[in-house]
Amino acid sequence: MAVSSPTQTTQIMNNVDAVRATLYDAMKNDPRTVILGEDVGARGNVFLITKDFAKEFGPQRVIDTPIAEASIVGIAIGMAMEGLRPIAEIQFADFIYPAFNQIVGEAAKTRYRSNGEYTCPLVIRTPYGGGVRGALSHSVSIEALFYHVPGLKILAPAFPADVKGLLNAAIDDPDPVLFLEHKKTYRLIKGEVPDGHYTIPIGKANVLKEGTALTVVSYGLYVHWALEAAQQLAEEGISIEVIDLRSIRPMDKTTILQSVEKTRKLLIVHEDNKFGGIGAEISAMVAEEALFSLDAPIRRHCAPDVPAMGYAEPLEHEYMSSPAKIADAMRELARF
Amino acid sequence: MATTNRTSPPFERAGLSDEQLVGMLRTMLLQRMLENRGFQLNRQGKIPFASASEGHEGVQAGAAMAFARGRDLLFPYYRDLGLALGVGLTPYEVLLSLFARAEDLSGGRQFPHHYASRRLGIATISSIIAAQLSHAVGAAYALRVRGENGRAVLTTFGDGATSEGEWHESVNFAAVHKLPIVLLCENNEWAISTPLAKQMGQPDIWRRAAGYGLPSTCVDGMDPVACYLAVSDALDRARTGGGPTLVEAKCYRFLAHTTDDDDRTYRSREEVEAHRRDDPVPNFERRLVEAGILSPEGLECLKAELLAEINEATDRAEAMPYPGGEELYRNVYADSTDPWR
Repeated sequence: MAVSSPTQTTQIMNNVDAVRATLYDAMKNDPRTVILGEDVGARGNVFLITKDFAKEFGPQRVIDTPIAEASIVGIAIGMAMEGLRPIAEIQFADFIYPAFNQIVGEAAKTRYRSNGEYTCPLVIRTPYGGGVRGALSHSVSIEALFYHVPGLKILAPAFPADVKGLLNAAIDDPDPVLFLEHKKTYRLIKGEVPDGHYTIPIGKANVLKEGTALTVVSYGLYVHWALEAAQQLAEEGISIEVIDLRSIRPMDKTTILQSVEKTRKLLIVHEDNKFGGIGAEISAMVAEEALFSLDAPIRRHCAPDVPAMGYAEPLEHEYMSSPAKIADAMRELARF
Repeated sequence: MATTNRTSPPFERAGLSDEQLVGMLRTMLLQRMLENRGFQLNRQGKIPFASASEGHEGVQAGAAMAFARGRDLLFPYYRDLGLALGVGLTPYEVLLSLFARAEDLSGGRQFPHHYASRRLGIATISSIIAAQLSHAVGAAYALRVRGENGRAVLTTFGDGATSEGEWHESVNFAAVHKLPIVLLCENNEWAISTPLAKQMGQPDIWRRAAGYGLPSTCVDGMDPVACYLAVSDALDRARTGGGPTLVEAKCYRFLAHTTDDDDRTYRSREEVEAHRRDDPVPNFERRLVEAGILSPEGLECLKAELLAEINEATDRAEAMPYPGGEELYRNVYADSTDPWR
């Protein structure tokens, strides 16, 4: 990443602005870039991310597709195979299931099955996550359904500067990337974003806060809550190290292991449910590689194993974590 | 717009030269002989699997003749051996694929008849039915964005593929954007064991085009010249901004689905034999001989030449090495390996 320096100018943006600004630059700078999805043109996306793009870049490059998720991805794959740089949007992550074969069976295997003859430089962007009263079909986390798949890359940045740097990296990447945007953070999270084009390497986690008592690994909205909880614990004299994964696949094994070897305790925090989630893979990896560095069992603070969060406020509340709940999980592990 | 043309017209050369007509027959013979070779090799225990396209020779040779090599793009399905040969794939490349050798186009990864070649404009496909259609539509869109006028996409699929939701999505998108694409259905009446009557309420796939607002045509898929004409017209329309066309070629699958299938369990021998009267290969041989385009001796000579070529390619491919185990790890991503490994 281009590190901020005294001469580096920045803008304060929220996450949704960062997505919009990055997509705008990609459209402006590369005529091969096209955006396709439901309501991305005239409406400018349901979160207004591509507002006025169709006017500026024309309907040929900003494509309002029929409501047909499988072919949104499939068409983007064909475009990518034939020299365009498509950015496909799935309006909500919950709607990605019809496109499962195109992502898993086709995009992820294009390079592999043709032995490099064809490639699939494709970005699939989608807003995910809860805390917005999104009920069963506008709140899910989908990363665990896809991270099992070699050939895909999966990114889930939490901060505006990372959104820009990683979305640029995804657009430049020669392979298919699933780019997950936590919709609760869209307008909630603001931060400084460097001007100009820069990329953040895919596959690098970010140590947001150094600490000694235990390591917390998280991503998305819960990174912010984990930081908030860590500040609370700092006031109680407990020093927490917080790692923002940023990239789910490939995953930054080195940063996680280095941290765990230092703190000797690991808490994984994610919004997705626990069984078979991202935390399961991190736990297995740490158990395989650093078991004897651990002073406590690995803990996972995740959603319960229910199909989704309900629409009613208490149901969503029960499903979602919070800074207070994460702080409790930290205290419990710190005491072990 | 739509026309039905189930019965063959009197011999019509459609502007094709003697050389082109004999070229089509050559492709048809090659397809049939190579396919038989695949089945033989499987029965000999030399290869694990082969699939069947016998009965599709007419439509595929015709479509391949209409395809502009080096210009058009092909998104085929796995029953398109003749189409691949017709656009330039060599028997040796087919045999490398059957034997799954290291030098195979996919490095021995793909099932037979899943060819991908930039050189020939053949896209990479999976075995998932109708999944290639949206890729074809996307590629046609890419041609438009890149301003590549005069080029078109040809995509093919069986009758079974028209039951998939993605078939609808793709035809619809092609129609909305009037894309330069030809959607060619090779209707062989069988989706493995499921006959047409269990796949759709009315058996004419070309009739569906009206519902999408695109032109369609139906041809005798056993007649390579009729198929050439239909696909050629459709590709010309696509290349000159006239938009997409759905072409239905009615043919028949003479063999079981693959070497692992036994079609005696679901269809009668009488049905299969009845269709043998329409077998495109002997029929086209006879037509060329009767029209004086090819002599009986010339035909025998051609067959002997093709058999020798296939025998030579078989020996050469069989002698080639398998990919090494380390090849399993290549081309997962453009860069290095997955750090989890």
